[in-house]
Amino acid sequence: MTQYLDFEKPLAEIEGKAEELRAMARANEEMDVSDEATTLDAKASKMLEDLYKDLTPWRKCQVARHPERPHCRDYIDALFSEYTPLAGDRNFADDHAVMGGLARLNDTPVMVIGHEKGDDTKSRIERNFGMARPEGYRKAIRLMQMADKFGLPVVTLVDTPGAYPGKGAEERGQSEAIARATETCLQIKVPLISVIIGEGGSGGAVAFATANRIAMLEHSIYSVISPEGCASILWKDAEKMREAAEALRLTAQDLKKLNVVDDVIPEPRGGAHRDRDTTIQAVGKTIERMLKSFDNQSGEELVHNRRRKFLDMGSRGLAA
Amino acid sequence: MNWITNYVRPRINSIFSRREVPENLWQKCDECGTMLFHRELKDNLNVCTSCGHHMAISPRDRVEALFDGGIYAEISVPEPLADPLHFRDQKKYPDRMKTAQKNTGEKEAMLVATGEIGRTPIVVACQDFSFMGGSMGMYVGNAIIAAAEEAVKLKRPMVLFSAAGGARMQEGILSLMQMPRTTVAVQMLKEAGLPYIVVLTHPTTGGVTASYAMLGDVHIAEPNALICFAGPRVIEQTIREKLPEGFQRAEYLLDHGMLDRVTPRGQMREELITITRMLLGLPPAIRGDLPPPDPTEETVAEPVEKTAPADLDPKA
Ligand SMILES: [Zn+2]
Repeated sequence: MTQYLDFEKPLAEIEGKAEELRAMARANEEMDVSDEATTLDAKASKMLEDLYKDLTPWRKCQVARHPERPHCRDYIDALFSEYTPLAGDRNFADDHAVMGGLARLNDTPVMVIGHEKGDDTKSRIERNFGMARPEGYRKAIRLMQMADKFGLPVVTLVDTPGAYPGKGAEERGQSEAIARATETCLQIKVPLISVIIGEGGSGGAVAFATANRIAMLEHSIYSVISPEGCASILWKDAEKMREAAEALRLTAQDLKKLNVVDDVIPEPRGGAHRDRDTTIQAVGKTIERMLKSFDNQSGEELVHNRRRKFLDMGSRGLAA
Repeated sequence: MNWITNYVRPRINSIFSRREVPENLWQKCDECGTMLFHRELKDNLNVCTSCGHHMAISPRDRVEALFDGGIYAEISVPEPLADPLHFRDQKKYPDRMKTAQKNTGEKEAMLVATGEIGRTPIVVACQDFSFMGGSMGMYVGNAIIAAAEEAVKLKRPMVLFSAAGGARMQEGILSLMQMPRTTVAVQMLKEAGLPYIVVLTHPTTGGVTASYAMLGDVHIAEPNALICFAGPRVIEQTIREKLPEGFQRAEYLLDHGMLDRVTPRGQMREELITITRMLLGLPPAIRGDLPPPDPTEETVAEPVEKTAPADLDPKA
């Protein structure tokens, strides 16, 4: 049972009607509703197609945050074998908002790291809704350095509203942890690739996504600030999030034009949450392809090219 | 005061005379309420002579007071794209920029300069909170990269004074990309074995703290400066409790191991001289009034002429 987003309300009504008809037919054997139900299905299908063909930036934010969208854990379970989680920052705690560990992608050992938001109330609280504390970034640093030491490529899956704005997080150096994680991304002599699978929220995302190659799912977002946060600062009204989402240019399509991301991975019709398997496999293919592209690069070249990529960023703006 | 200061100060003062309008002769300390005479306040580097409160100081006033004899050369910063996203909130981004330029007399939120402190040549990057909250956009990123490249070229240490509300939202994702870009700049300095000292001033927050401001070899803060990733208001809204007095202030960060020192502005210059000279393995600096730098020495910077940025319309 899909959870509908506000803009999907007309679709929910049609799909609900079709469902109702079928339930009536099941209860009454003499009733034949197949024609009507098929007509409704076709109508719903067309509507879904139209709704997702040209999503506004704010609608993309909603899709990117959809609770049924595949999360880091789903990708790790489906795409990697022998996943062996590695915990802790060796300093204070293990941050459950960040998953990470050794795994194989088609037999090749890699280090996989990502934000995990959780998928029910209990796991969402445990994962802190994917908002990492300093320990999460420091765990990621530790794992990246281990990957560097043993020559394993690093794959990061980004899905976070942002770093956690909490008292303890500040006390333990949230800023320093993010800065060091970004620095580590820029230092390691192994391929580092990143896929933004949902929300790329500000510094908390940069700490993982300062990569050689960055891909984004079609309806994921990547932004310096949430549209709500931007609206409350610049419009003095958090309800202006639609305008803010528009202005921030946070969609995968705009980020590709700005050269900030390299690849946009198409999502199935109606978004990743309507066909999780297809989405996950598409991300898997992209990761494989991106990793292969580094086959002939030395560690020094990887570091040099990664730094060059970010130094060059911003030389291209959007057309008026 | 040595003769160089006497020689340079009046000239620089005359350059700035436009901003010294009569109604600004007195300034009220926003901490203790004392009315302070502007000249006295300037001589005390905008620190309240009554309570020691550190008020904002413009990058130009800061570097003038920092460098020997107030002499420095400004380093030019590569011009980024203006308004790459065509950003518009209630105002257009270019209009906000024009207002900020008019109000500050500066082109952007960071000044890069090189000169000597206690006869120690250094490169300085100084962020300007009065320019759109010091926000980090492409220009600030370019400024830090230019400063690091100059420092590496001249083999000089770099001192960065941070002051920012965070990233410049009007540049969207490109402002966020300044976090990795400026981190690359810091790495250039580290790989060249050059000291990188960060002086965190009030306020240093958001993506600025979470990148170049927290990657220094030495972190010094001015007293009571707010230094954080998430601002106190955001945290109070998230955790729904009042934060303790002094939370995220310089002294608090010192207690929590994020800073090396908290140093009053009046002692900052001496401290930077002491630290940079030791890190560079140089003998102790000669204290007191120094004779003027020998203009034939290669390391001596040319005095800077303040010129209005080319794209600034003085009538705007
Ligand atoms: Zn005072």
